[in-house]
Amino acid sequence: MLIMRHELLLIVITVILLIVEIFLPDSQKRKIILPAILLMTCVTVVGFLPETPGILFGGMYQSTQLSMMLKNILNIGVLIIFIQSVDWLKQEQNKQKISEFFLLMLSTLIGMNYMISAGDFLMFYIGLELATIPVAALAAWERMKEKSAEAGVKLIFISALSSGILLYGLSMIYGTTGTMYFADIAPLITGAPLQVLAFIFFFAGMAFKISLVPFHLWTADVYEGAPVNVTSYLSVISKGAAVFIFTIILYTVFAKIAVMWSEVLYVITILTITIGNLFAMRQQNLKRFLAFSSIAQAGFILLGIIGQSQLGMTTVIYFALVYIFSNLGAFGVVGIISNRTGKENINDYDGLYRTNPNLSLVMMLALFSLAGIPPLAGFFGKFFLFTAAAKQGYYILVLIALVNTIISLYYYLLVIKAMLLNNSDQPIAAFKSDGYTRLGLLLCVAGMVIIGFASSVYEMVYHLSYGLF
Amino acid sequence: MSILTLFIIIPVLTVIGILLSKNHMQVKWVAVVGMSLQLLSAISLIFLYLAQRKAGNMAEVLFVQDYVWYQTLNIHFYVGVDGVSVAMIGLTALVVFAGIFASWDIVDLPREFFTSLILLATGVFGFFICLDLFTMFLFYELAVIPMYLLIGIWGSGPRHYSAMKLTLMLMGGSAFILLGIIGIYFNSAPNGGPLTFDLIRISKEHIPLNVQLFLFPFLFVGFGVLGAMFPFHTWSPDGHASAPTAVSMLHAGVLMKLGGYGCYRVAVFLLPDAAHQLGWIFLILATIGVIYGALGAIWQKDLKYINAYSSVSHCALVLFAILMFNQTAMNGAIMQMISHGIMTALFFALIGMIYGRTHTRFINEMGGLMKVMPFLAVAYVIAGLASLGLPGFSGFVAEMTIFVGAFQNVDTFHRVATIIAASSIVVTAVYVLRVVGILLLGKIKNEHFEVLPDARWYDKISVVALIFGITLIGVAPLWLSDMISQGLGPIVHRLIAAAPLLIK
Repeated sequence: MLIMRHELLLIVITVILLIVEIFLPDSQKRKIILPAILLMTCVTVVGFLPETPGILFGGMYQSTQLSMMLKNILNIGVLIIFIQSVDWLKQEQNKQKISEFFLLMLSTLIGMNYMISAGDFLMFYIGLELATIPVAALAAWERMKEKSAEAGVKLIFISALSSGILLYGLSMIYGTTGTMYFADIAPLITGAPLQVLAFIFFFAGMAFKISLVPFHLWTADVYEGAPVNVTSYLSVISKGAAVFIFTIILYTVFAKIAVMWSEVLYVITILTITIGNLFAMRQQNLKRFLAFSSIAQAGFILLGIIGQSQLGMTTVIYFALVYIFSNLGAFGVVGIISNRTGKENINDYDGLYRTNPNLSLVMMLALFSLAGIPPLAGFFGKFFLFTAAAKQGYYILVLIALVNTIISLYYYLLVIKAMLLNNSDQPIAAFKSDGYTRLGLLLCVAGMVIIGFASSVYEMVYHLSYGLF
Repeated sequence: MSILTLFIIIPVLTVIGILLSKNHMQVKWVAVVGMSLQLLSAISLIFLYLAQRKAGNMAEVLFVQDYVWYQTLNIHFYVGVDGVSVAMIGLTALVVFAGIFASWDIVDLPREFFTSLILLATGVFGFFICLDLFTMFLFYELAVIPMYLLIGIWGSGPRHYSAMKLTLMLMGGSAFILLGIIGIYFNSAPNGGPLTFDLIRISKEHIPLNVQLFLFPFLFVGFGVLGAMFPFHTWSPDGHASAPTAVSMLHAGVLMKLGGYGCYRVAVFLLPDAAHQLGWIFLILATIGVIYGALGAIWQKDLKYINAYSSVSHCALVLFAILMFNQTAMNGAIMQMISHGIMTALFFALIGMIYGRTHTRFINEMGGLMKVMPFLAVAYVIAGLASLGLPGFSGFVAEMTIFVGAFQNVDTFHRVATIIAASSIVVTAVYVLRVVGILLLGKIKNEHFEVLPDARWYDKISVVALIFGITLIGVAPLWLSDMISQGLGPIVHRLIAAAPLLIK
């Protein structure tokens, strides 16, 4: 089969949707929803067909078994987001913008795919930009709302800033090694001062994208201002893709200075987990709450990266997969409730279980999975991350992370407490969600339950991963 | 397929059955059928186990079944039991069975209640049958988390506070355990070979001493939190006081035993050298716990608080006995877990039934209940007598064994600790007899109490089952103590190898 199949297919369906959009009359824009989802389903399924690895453009583009798997993971996530967004897209104010939503999402996905398959820093950077700029447009979706417009502007400024920092770092790498190709750079990394500086800039640029502390300040505002479905995209897909390529570059290009970056990561991990957790405790708005919780989760992912071994990379990918399902489950519930009632605060969820038991159950499972409670997949993900870090002897780091899981359990329980334990005079009224929403949530629950028990998922990831040694 | 798998399958099927049932009655009956089956399986397991041993099968663990789960990490679903775990499974099945009948009156969200209760039981059963540290830990956490919902939704008093405190403290303990388990995993093959979570295989290896010294406190404290070790016991009184009846029963009766069992099976068994070197610290804490819990119970006015503090004292005695590191004392520790499990479940069941009738738990507001509800009152007296260690009941056998075993340690430190701990028996007698006197005898203080009904049929089933357990062990303890001793063999050998001088 074709090399670069994932990207080409996505480009094809983007073009198809663009053409269909042109010929659809204004009153029938909603008709594009079903075809878009079906096309995305096809792409996702086709993505799983076996494909021979290969390289294109003289090594700028590398397709490996690993990168194909990562793209499949992202495809699944985007598909679930598409399904979850239907209820929101059908609302009156979004009627004219439905196809834009799909087009922008698909363009960013294409960018991420190129980024993951990058074989040199140029391709990586192009992919990164393509993955970032359309998201800013999505964040500013409700442009008449002050918060949404603010989110868009903030995101674009921060992206520009972080890209600038990143590029500065890349230019120094080019200056010291004379090449942009990953494979050629790796042996030339010696830990010379300029290269260390370059690495720091590269690291800072990526830390903005993954929203690691202290580069996280934009996260909460953007997450709160953007529509829920875009927020879930930002917190799951964007972050996941950035983590994947970050891990790959650290493990290949910067393998020689692993001693150095593992020390940097050590500090950043502690900061990210702790500060993410401490801020999450204080949040009332669920989008902000999930924003800080996702910062903390990113910190946990770093535990895997710091593992440096094959086990480390496996746990990073595996946890990201688990995290996609868990977080999308939580965002799915927040999204549907926000659409139907406009309520987004934890207090509003008081007594939700009595009126909407199924939604509360999904939310509870998702939060338990995020907190790492068995038998949900989150438990396995966290356990393996800790194992990966402990393998390198980072017991103290693991202990700090473990203490943080308790803090995180506390604030996840606050939401569960509101839904199940509290009673309210005016609970959110019972409503019937549509088929798409149910399907989306069902997929998330299935993922959370199955991924843990089905060890084959983990084994598959393991055999495609690699470590420094 | 091994019979042990049934202990996971039956509860899971019961939960599915409960979720599919249409109304309150169906929910309850599905739960009853499921847990009766579970009790029957437990009884047949005891008989099968004894038959196997009689037939001369002296393998370390029986009914073994081993599936590879995560191949690259060498995680197995590995089940098997020895005498100790069989005894604990029997205890759990009995208490859960009684607990279902004790919560017959649940009106609010019964489906969710019984689902959570049985999920909790699944976790406990899974923990006792598993021999792989990973799956053990999985079941351990599974047993802890439904507690939050059970106390938070169906509890009384400051239930939100208690539920949160209990959950966070127990999960904090499990965080320590997780670190310990991962640490053991990476040192499970000091002589090369694949790393493993397999408890039996690790017990054949010798983990380096410095690693043991690092990990032992984490594991012992981690499990100790659930075992209500002083000073990590503070979740226990609040949690028990706020929990609904069946949950208090299960929690004090079974879940706290997970802590003691974990200390014994994981911390001491796998890290014997460290246990020997650091044991004295925890022995001091356990001794304090024994006395502190008993004294605490004297001052309480709320029936549930009295019993919760008494549980702290009795569970501390379990840890105390484990840390004596000899066959007799450890035998007593396991006996104490079983005995206290049944006895305290009976206490909490009775308290729940009394509270359901009088709507107060303060002993000063009650009196003369013997005249009003003779059945419950007599049962309460029996539980009280078992608690203070009257011969003929299980409490006597257990405490006797513990103190005889403890006194076998000849050095002054252990002797003093034993004497201090033994004095708790007197204190226990004080608070038990005080409650019995005020609560059951004397004048009826409130005229509304004169018309209160005695136990109903479901109350009686619950109470009779538990009293049967107490007297069975009290009258005929030998089969149980033999069964336990066989299970204790390997661990005592390991301790002797670690400290040949101390233990004879």
